[in-house]
Amino acid sequence: MNTNNFIQCAIYIGVLVLLVKPLGSYMAKVYEGTPQWIDKLFGPIERLIYRLSGITTEEMTWKKYAVATMLFNVVGILVVYLIQRAQNHLPFNPMAMAPVSPDSSFNTAVSFGTNTNWQGYGGESTMSYLAQMLALTVQNFASAATGMAVLVALIRGFVRKKAETIGNFWVDLVRSSVYILFPLSVVFALVLTWQGVPQTFRPSATVPLVQATVDSNQKPVMDQIIAMGPVASQIAIKQLGTNGGGYFNANSAHPYENPTPLSNFFELEAILLIAAALCYTFGAMVKDTRQGWALLAAMLIIFIPMLWLGVASEQQGNPALTKMGVNQTASALQPGGNMEGKEVRFGIAQSALWATATTAASNGSVNSMHDSFTPLGGLVPMVMMKLGEVVFGGVGSGLYGMLIFVLIAVFLGGLMVGRTPEYLGKKIEAYEIKMASIAALIMGFFVLVGTAMAVLMKAGLAGIANPGPHGFSEILYAFTSTANNNGSAFAGLSVNTPFYNTILGITMFFCRYWIIIPVLAIAGSLARKKIVPVSAGTLPTHTPLFVFFLVCVVIIVGALTFFPALSLGPIVEHLMMIG
Amino acid sequence: MLKQMRIAVQSIVVLTLFFGLLYPFAITGLAQVLFPKQANGSLIYKDGKPVGSSLIGQPFDDPKYFWSRLSATGPMPYNAASSSGSNLGPTNPALFKAIQDRIDALHKADPDNKQLIPVDLVTASGSGLDLHISPAAAQYQMKRVASARRIPETIVQDLIRKHTQGRFLGLLGEPAVNVLELNLALNNLGGGK
Repeated sequence: MNTNNFIQCAIYIGVLVLLVKPLGSYMAKVYEGTPQWIDKLFGPIERLIYRLSGITTEEMTWKKYAVATMLFNVVGILVVYLIQRAQNHLPFNPMAMAPVSPDSSFNTAVSFGTNTNWQGYGGESTMSYLAQMLALTVQNFASAATGMAVLVALIRGFVRKKAETIGNFWVDLVRSSVYILFPLSVVFALVLTWQGVPQTFRPSATVPLVQATVDSNQKPVMDQIIAMGPVASQIAIKQLGTNGGGYFNANSAHPYENPTPLSNFFELEAILLIAAALCYTFGAMVKDTRQGWALLAAMLIIFIPMLWLGVASEQQGNPALTKMGVNQTASALQPGGNMEGKEVRFGIAQSALWATATTAASNGSVNSMHDSFTPLGGLVPMVMMKLGEVVFGGVGSGLYGMLIFVLIAVFLGGLMVGRTPEYLGKKIEAYEIKMASIAALIMGFFVLVGTAMAVLMKAGLAGIANPGPHGFSEILYAFTSTANNNGSAFAGLSVNTPFYNTILGITMFFCRYWIIIPVLAIAGSLARKKIVPVSAGTLPTHTPLFVFFLVCVVIIVGALTFFPALSLGPIVEHLMMIG
Repeated sequence: MLKQMRIAVQSIVVLTLFFGLLYPFAITGLAQVLFPKQANGSLIYKDGKPVGSSLIGQPFDDPKYFWSRLSATGPMPYNAASSSGSNLGPTNPALFKAIQDRIDALHKADPDNKQLIPVDLVTASGSGLDLHISPAAAQYQMKRVASARRIPETIVQDLIRKHTQGRFLGLLGEPAVNVLELNLALNNLGGGK
């Protein structure tokens, strides 16, 4: 890792940590309903949405909360499906896009509804402007707000005592969107346009090539057709809401999605911003900010070494290229390293940083092609996802995932010292641990069984683009990404087929809601309990010791589940490459 | 349950109107007023006609032009209607072949150049539309372009410098040369045409 790489990573993490407290405390006030001056601005919008939607703001039990969550998500997914199927009959389709196939529409609808934004299709060659806005942008807001709502419900479970209710889903949903996601997106979209991200309803531009070229049939090509559209409004929320679904096929590598080092920096910060700040929100709401910082510290302790491994592996480059007479050494004039699938303006540091951040969060947008990373460089994003998307993770979903691991950690800690496990004054009992186990285990099940099925079936193997262990890595990555609602890919794998669209769609659906429902069940059960006062026997959960213990639990669960699969893919390939 | 169902349907409709129409329309309005050039794709105009986008690369393989990076878009390189990377893995023989072909083409166009080739010049970008090459890749090609156009190297060096952007604040990203703008500037010199 050279000095320049180190500086770029340090600036990134430094700015992120500085933003955690201001945004985190703002969000805490939003969820607690503390009056703020900004209510004057957003209050009318909030109340208008309540009135038009028929929302009443009564408190809900966890079951009612779960029913509302599921209904909202299923209806939303259905709408996304229908818009894609009917886009040729709808307006704002200047490039005359045909209806999307049923299996691809299903996959994309589930993908955007579950905050995964896995993309089997190429955006600029598939979706009308209307589908991009009405179907995809809306779900970018809705799925992110769903995750945040569920987190807030869980936090209320810790805060309340002897209560039957955990809040109102509709209120949490609308306040998350209107007070947090919407204003940040407006500002961010304009910053992006300033940097060069298009925001237009004009059709694609056609320009003459300076030097004509030929296509794959050796036919001359004189013009370049440049796709654009209302891009900035979608990119803003796709990063802030840890969605990650690109307007264009090449996602954030595309110069129109991410034109400059500065746009890249802002987008990178946006990827982790809300997820990181929610740690502080959590601390503020449970009235002990040390608890929030402790969780953030645990996340960073995992994030930083993985980032280092990613940057170092990519900067190392590909030994085979050196033998061919290619210069991969970093200098003042070039980033060097493994540049296949990367953009010159981002080089190694900003590409590897992005790959680590986008998979730490369940964002999944890419500014370089992970499929072309060195084996260890590609191992980093895979491992970040396999830890269950709890290192920052998705907005809301990352922290409720981490809190699940906290419950497991205090339970294990309690077993070791022979005391009743408790967290924030709540006794953690068999019911919570059962639910936590269900939430923690579902992902591994889908990843391993899904990968095994795909490598045993012709339809699964047919999608592979790269030979040898790398082909296996492509499939493993696909199931890891969808099961963790991440959405990034080893994109060589051809996934726009009925087989992959269906199996990956099912994976995304179950791995999202099979976690949300037990999390809400835990919230309901915790809310009913009384708060036990701190005593000499209480295991403190804000200390370095507990943070270290939590990190170990996260890594051991992830490593034990996936080490065998990883050794068949990236680890073998690494040994082949250096061999 | 029925009431929740009704709210679910209604709220989806309301949020769709708000975030799916109102929000992108408002941003479009603001963007078109505040940043009209960028909002419409940063197109470069010559005599009132668009001749390219300063953010979208184009393919070059004539010795008198600076070559862009490899592009894996189909069916032709630098297809800005279908962006894509090569997605070739680090041990894939197809990757080595693409790189070797490019090395051979560069050597053929410039047989006397014995420098090591900068890595970005022989690899495909993630978008397939990369507008940049590294300053090292520009320096590698500088003599070839100057001699093909029969213009002094100092003029070419000047243009390279003019079309190089440094790191943001000297810290973020990597120095990069805008290939299309550089080649358009070379054409404007009038030489080599």
